[in-house]
Amino acid sequence: MTTRVGVVTFPGSLDDRDAQRAVRLAGAEPVALWHRDKDLHQIDAVVLPGGFSYGDYLRCGAISRFSPVMETIIEQAKLGMPVLGICNGFQVLCESHLLPGALTRNDSLHFICRDQKLRIENAETAWTRDYSAGQEIVVPLKNGEGRFVADQHVLDELEAEGRVVARYVDLNPNGSYRDIAGITNAAGNVVGLMPHPEHAVEPLTGPTTEGLGFFTSVLKQLVNA
Amino acid sequence: MARVVVDVMLKPEILDPQGQAVQRALPRLGFDGIADVRQGKRFELELEGPVDDAALARIREAAETFLANTVIEDFTVRIEEDGK
Amino acid sequence: MTLDTVKNAEQTPDSAQPWAELGLKEDEYTRIREILGRRPTGAELAMYSVMWSEHCSYKSSKVHLKQFGEKKPSAGTAGADAMLVGIGENAGVVDVGQGYAVTFKVESHNHPSYIEPYQGAATGIGGIVRDILAMGARPVAVMDPLRFGAADHPDTRRVLPGIVAGIGGYGNCLGLPNIGGEVVFDPCYQGNPLVNALCVGVMKHEDIHLAQASGAGNKVILYGARTGGDGIGGVSVLASETFDATGPAKRPAVQVGDPFQEKLLIECTLEIFAEKLVKGIQDLGGAGLSCATSELASAGSGGMRIELDTVPLRDNTLSPEEILMSESQERMCAIVEPGKVDRFLEICEKWDVIATVIGEVTDGERLEIFWHGELVVDVPPRTVAHEGPTYQRPYARPSWQDALQADAPSASRLARPADGDALKADLLKVVGSPNQASKAWITDQYDRYVLGNTVLSSPEDSGMIRIDEETNLGVSVATDGNGRYTKLDPYTGAQLALAEAYRNVAAGGAKPLAVSDCLNFGSPEDPDVMWQFAEATRGLADACLVLGTPVTGGNVSLYNQTGETAIHPTPVVAVLGVIDDVTRRTPIGFAEPGQLIYLLGDTTDELGGSAWSQVVHDHLGGLPPKVDLERERLLGEILIAASRDGMIDAAHDLSDGGLGMALVESCLKGGVGARVVVPEGLDPFVFLFSESAGRAVVAVPRSEEVRFNDMCGARGLPVARIGVVDGESLDVQGQFSVSLAELKDAHTGVIEALLA
Repeated sequence: MTTRVGVVTFPGSLDDRDAQRAVRLAGAEPVALWHRDKDLHQIDAVVLPGGFSYGDYLRCGAISRFSPVMETIIEQAKLGMPVLGICNGFQVLCESHLLPGALTRNDSLHFICRDQKLRIENAETAWTRDYSAGQEIVVPLKNGEGRFVADQHVLDELEAEGRVVARYVDLNPNGSYRDIAGITNAAGNVVGLMPHPEHAVEPLTGPTTEGLGFFTSVLKQLVNA
Repeated sequence: MARVVVDVMLKPEILDPQGQAVQRALPRLGFDGIADVRQGKRFELELEGPVDDAALARIREAAETFLANTVIEDFTVRIEEDGK
Repeated sequence: MTLDTVKNAEQTPDSAQPWAELGLKEDEYTRIREILGRRPTGAELAMYSVMWSEHCSYKSSKVHLKQFGEKKPSAGTAGADAMLVGIGENAGVVDVGQGYAVTFKVESHNHPSYIEPYQGAATGIGGIVRDILAMGARPVAVMDPLRFGAADHPDTRRVLPGIVAGIGGYGNCLGLPNIGGEVVFDPCYQGNPLVNALCVGVMKHEDIHLAQASGAGNKVILYGARTGGDGIGGVSVLASETFDATGPAKRPAVQVGDPFQEKLLIECTLEIFAEKLVKGIQDLGGAGLSCATSELASAGSGGMRIELDTVPLRDNTLSPEEILMSESQERMCAIVEPGKVDRFLEICEKWDVIATVIGEVTDGERLEIFWHGELVVDVPPRTVAHEGPTYQRPYARPSWQDALQADAPSASRLARPADGDALKADLLKVVGSPNQASKAWITDQYDRYVLGNTVLSSPEDSGMIRIDEETNLGVSVATDGNGRYTKLDPYTGAQLALAEAYRNVAAGGAKPLAVSDCLNFGSPEDPDVMWQFAEATRGLADACLVLGTPVTGGNVSLYNQTGETAIHPTPVVAVLGVIDDVTRRTPIGFAEPGQLIYLLGDTTDELGGSAWSQVVHDHLGGLPPKVDLERERLLGEILIAASRDGMIDAAHDLSDGGLGMALVESCLKGGVGARVVVPEGLDPFVFLFSESAGRAVVAVPRSEEVRFNDMCGARGLPVARIGVVDGESLDVQGQFSVSLAELKDAHTGVIEALLA
């Protein structure tokens, strides 16, 4: 049985087709989910893709967070379903309080698109087990509001519990606290990541293919489960 | 220290995509009866000296040339009283 | 407030009308009265005035643009055979094989971007994207050719950050990769920046849609954003004259873009196309509903009846004239059979897009517009949309042209570097000049990855997009235009713009097929400018004929000047190419040490209009490089064949800054140095800085050298082996050596430092 990985399309989602492509290249079946539909169509895991849902108006992710599909996803995430939020998806996860902290305007005040080096800090989440801890990868980063911020004690807690999933290396592109590029919940099934692994899955179109591991990881997790 | 507040809003005739997106979302969340939403910016300026006419004139100039883009935005300047 | 109905116009033939304030000439106003057999109503006057404006009617340029049709490459050339839809529609459409069609167009948004840089540039993207969408295509990429004043001028600092942020803000939010374009600085653009925007779209042949309204009883649906008072500053004159003597309502001249709304409009429209619900479609851009209704009706078989009071408004105080003229963004107009209207509205609802039936196609011949049941417009639509005035503006070779051309950058006129150290110093100056420096600070504000099909993007020679993931079919686009060359000789300058874009596409490995152009010039009322325009269009049309690349559409922007001073004539030429297998594309970067560097083409002493003459001597004079279009075509064929057959691993076209600049860019991009030797008989300075056209530099794996040489020899293309990819510096043997670190230091950080 093929693993079914849902990809949600909110109004203004942009990298939804790209996330579907990455799921396919990883060997799973991508399932398109519509924001107004509460039904998750028997998926095993879900990706909240990048983009500018609702134009990033009000706050990034703030309006999407209240869509019908999110009600079910929040429920299922609490029951352990793997959820990966990329860029705007990460913002939706923070607005949904599935992940702590918030993402704010880049310190440069500019949108930035670059090939970014990351270090995988936690290789035990549902989305990172195909990496090894400490492994460095290069994937595209593209955001205007990617600066991760949280209270001091939240940051300390994230560090202490090993919940920082990935960190920026060489250059912190947006002023994220403690160079944080991605975090996970305590259970390790919900991961938010500001850079775009789905754009590093083919040698032709990406800087590397080192992003594919996120999508193969979840397959392994589900098969083993 | 005295505080002067500058509110910057898009001119009424200018399209406000953000306000419209918020307005459309409100009924979905059960907040009915809101006819229109416009979103703006609020600047709080802490003055070193007293709020006199000269200071206000300077702030108006700053608002006119810098804080607001008067091609598409209006602004208001007001003094925030103590205790508010 | 009385409504100026058709009946009222008939009864009050002598009412004074503000035709002059609306920009009409007296004879134009007289002609409108002749067409209608009465005075126009206020609404009719508004429609004619805006549709007969230079911007919409091309009245000064039309007589020259005709050449693009008359000199069209004949059947049998690849470009001509590929043409599916030509000039006159929203954008041209080209067959790229495997059942795919590609549409592309470049357009200007210069004046709005000067007034409000962010929104002007943003809505420029929005407008061109809707043009592409209206053809039936999914927009897949954008590009932005930009021109600013001197990099250190306050006006540049005022407009550049906003324009770049506007392009990024709108394009990124729309999910379209920005794959290239240009950024050029020159004092002539101070107070008049050029913001051109290009969009590429892809569809299957059967999905091509046209802007025409046919079939009596079919419904006219307006969908997208509500209509507000955007961009109708001029028309409020009319509103005030006709309706309100106390003064015009305040209407913003600036249009604000909502990229989120546009994204919904794109997805909604593509779903509507997929279900084949549309007979004809038009986007709303300049002149808003006036343009959309009159063009749809004019191109169709019948008439059209519109109930203007059904248009959803953002501002309920708008008058009928203003609704007709409003340039509110993110709106489209579709012609739909009655039986498909419900499904159409359903899809719009799914995407939260407001859609309203505002009228229907009639079996008459008139465009009739009603306001609460009263007839306010009753016109033959062709007279509004397609039969506007045409002018044969006087033109003459400027009196200063000869003196400009005589001021050639000879060795006696401009001091040339005398030794290796001086050569190196001049190279570093050019490398670090704003025009040649890295534009990463700008292009890194644009998303180049979204949609996952970007194969090449800035700073490559062309932007390349995969259009089929199974077969690897792709297309590429390059835009070029050199105002300095064109000022020296408009005929040649326009041809050089085409030649460079053609070469850039070929250097990436794609076969050039078609052209779109954005012709940016000064005032057509100035005979000097009109001569530049006439010469440039003649040059471009002649060159397109030789290269077999038809002009499929584009745009003319006139009145680009500050006071009496016109900008350099700036024809921006976009060339579209097709590549059967994008995995064979050729990037510019040197990557493999040991590969051999070849210079293709002939190098002669051609420094007129060059980057070196500008950077080192602030000089503009002489003649631009010569153009040999047959040579360009041969070079293109060689580059494409070499790329397809794996004979080259890198290729970079030679243009501004010459070979020296090209070598620096290829080294920095690939992160490997190069050792080169000046060929015997060539002056080292000319070797490095000449801008002779028809040249490229390539990196050839040693195993392919014989085959590559044989091919070039057999085809008669002069080539010279000038060096080898190697090391961590650029060595010009016997002259100088400069480390990549020093080059990188000079090349990067320049733009941000100037704007900081």
